[in-house]
Amino acid sequence: MKYFRSHVLVCVDPECLSKGAHDVLDALNDELVAQGLIDEVQVLETSRIGGCAVGPELMVYPEGVHYTGLSVNDVPYLVEEHFLKGRIVQKFVAPPKASADEELGAPTAREVRVVLRNCGKIDPENIDDYIAEDGYAALEKVLGGMTPEQVIDEVLASGLRGRGGAGFPTGRKWQFARASKATPKYMICNADEGDPGAFMNRRVLEGDPHSVLEGMIIGGYAVGASRGYIYCRAEYPVAVRTLRIAIDQARAYGLLGENILGSGFSFDIEVRVGAGAFVCGEETALMASIEGKRGEPRPRPPFPAVSGLWAKPSNINNVETYANVPQIILKGAQWFASMGTEKSKGTKTFALAGDVNHTGLIEVPLGINMREVIYDVAQGIRDGKKLKAVQIGGPMGGCLPEAYIDRPIDYESLAEAGTIMGSGGFVVMDEDTCMVDIARFFMEFTQDESCGKCTPCRVGTRRMLEILERICAGDGRDGDIETLETLCKWIKVTSLCGLGQGAPNPVESTLKHFRHEYEAHIYEKRCPAKVCKGLIRYEIVDACTGCTVCARNCPVNAITGQRRQLHVIDPNTCIRCGICEQVCNFNAIVIR
Amino acid sequence: MPAVKSLEELRKLREEAIQKRNARTTSGDIQITVAMGTCGIAAGARETMRAVLDEIEANNLAGVVVKQTGCIGLCELEPIIMVEAGGNPKVTYGKVNVERARQIMKEHVMGGRVVSEYVVQSA
Repeated sequence: MKYFRSHVLVCVDPECLSKGAHDVLDALNDELVAQGLIDEVQVLETSRIGGCAVGPELMVYPEGVHYTGLSVNDVPYLVEEHFLKGRIVQKFVAPPKASADEELGAPTAREVRVVLRNCGKIDPENIDDYIAEDGYAALEKVLGGMTPEQVIDEVLASGLRGRGGAGFPTGRKWQFARASKATPKYMICNADEGDPGAFMNRRVLEGDPHSVLEGMIIGGYAVGASRGYIYCRAEYPVAVRTLRIAIDQARAYGLLGENILGSGFSFDIEVRVGAGAFVCGEETALMASIEGKRGEPRPRPPFPAVSGLWAKPSNINNVETYANVPQIILKGAQWFASMGTEKSKGTKTFALAGDVNHTGLIEVPLGINMREVIYDVAQGIRDGKKLKAVQIGGPMGGCLPEAYIDRPIDYESLAEAGTIMGSGGFVVMDEDTCMVDIARFFMEFTQDESCGKCTPCRVGTRRMLEILERICAGDGRDGDIETLETLCKWIKVTSLCGLGQGAPNPVESTLKHFRHEYEAHIYEKRCPAKVCKGLIRYEIVDACTGCTVCARNCPVNAITGQRRQLHVIDPNTCIRCGICEQVCNFNAIVIR
Repeated sequence: MPAVKSLEELRKLREEAIQKRNARTTSGDIQITVAMGTCGIAAGARETMRAVLDEIEANNLAGVVVKQTGCIGLCELEPIIMVEAGGNPKVTYGKVNVERARQIMKEHVMGGRVVSEYVVQSA
């Protein structure tokens, strides 16, 4: 093979092209020829080096130098200096990035990267990069001598369960779809990640799209499907674009399409973009949306495996579920089952958010306990505060108090504690959080996203939200807690889909674990965490020097007082915006 | 992009992809640095460099990274090349013409024996 001592990767993303990347590329080749270096230095096209904003840009290996802001006129100088004389041209070197990757740092000691193994490591828009990391090797193994039944058995034996939240065994799901006689069958990937603050799936789609495609192709082979759909939300434009590039590249290699790798198996995948309705993450609503209908759920049975998309047998799994499949096939069910607990195998990605020192994306083996996640992986609570609660599972999940944090994170243990695994939201709340306010926040979200098809969800969540808003405003009444409990109970059992059935969870769990906070709001008219605006009052204490900063910054002129004298806030005019507290340099403003 | 029609072809594609990826590394098991200051080039460092690259290619060596550096202050000993193999300390060779470059490649880089007669002694 031809040996090049240096490789130049020129970014040809649209933004760089518009700034003249092609001219730079041509000039570079011409100049290398002119200086007699063309046999020693190879010029390649690439994308996404990360400096398009100051493009054209290029990367030079083996030095790993990133040059930006080049023009055609700079090329001869650059070639002579860098490639002939070996001197790095500092004036074009890109400034080091402040943070390499805010979402996904290097794995901490407790983490195990299976689903995220390639993220940030490979170029997601280059199928060769994926192939070099054992990509499509699982497909090779499957098509090279495994029957569909063997594939399903392997997935069953691994213990893989649905990563979308409900945790249904994936192998069983595939068995049902395989058992259905009707054709054609469909493989669907649920990439409608709608939980606020959750971005596990987006990261996989943007960082390692082929792992999802490969999982779907293998699944398609196992259940006998000929077509796949990835339903991705429109709010993820980069994910959609990356997926489409990945699909095009897989098609060009013949890894998608007719007669894949000469095996006789044909399968193709299409991306469908959702319009942003949270309920479309529910499988029946999702399928209705793919069909071009209004995204509303329908009762089950019939289950998708019997009558799904276009009334044909369909198998629907989450992004993360599919991304696990190639690894299971390649490394074996035993390897996968060696991680996790008795009933929950493998790893799970979580989007860490809230009052912890390290937020972002993590992947941990199931069975790890919350204490380890909070204090080891997330490096503890911010500002040395006390932990109050953990909210797991997104807006359908529940809030668990500190007493639960030594419980292992697995499907059963979370369900027992009153929450769900969900798709992987993990919000840590410190002592300054008002649990009634949190319940109100999540209820506001679900009420807004209720599709309105069934009454319990449409009307019930509205009534709950009204009561919670009233409590937070300081107008809570005797009997509100009991009404909330009744509503929780009935909405749960009578709603049509998971959205309504799960909507009461944040309220129910906070009522169970933090009932005293509700009672303080209603009967004592106070918010223990000092969050709810209707129940707090700002006051100026003796530390006030009369500097007038607060009075000048108050948007409603509620603060009066002479210079160098104690100021006073008029509680009737004050809107509790908190600006005075922020601007005060003497900590003289307190919340009562 | 040519279509991959069989399992065999996919395997071949993977091997190529791995090689391509390895090309994009910033360090190898063996690092060869050629001094390419004006003094070096005047003394024939370009030809030395070509000989080094030629040997790597002809012998299909893997894990070798060739870098450049500027004048190291020993102009009278140019062309100079430095070889770092494995965890061993860097060895600096002086007056490396094409012939010596090929010899160093064969004996030191491939054979693991330092060619002591061309080594620049530290003062």
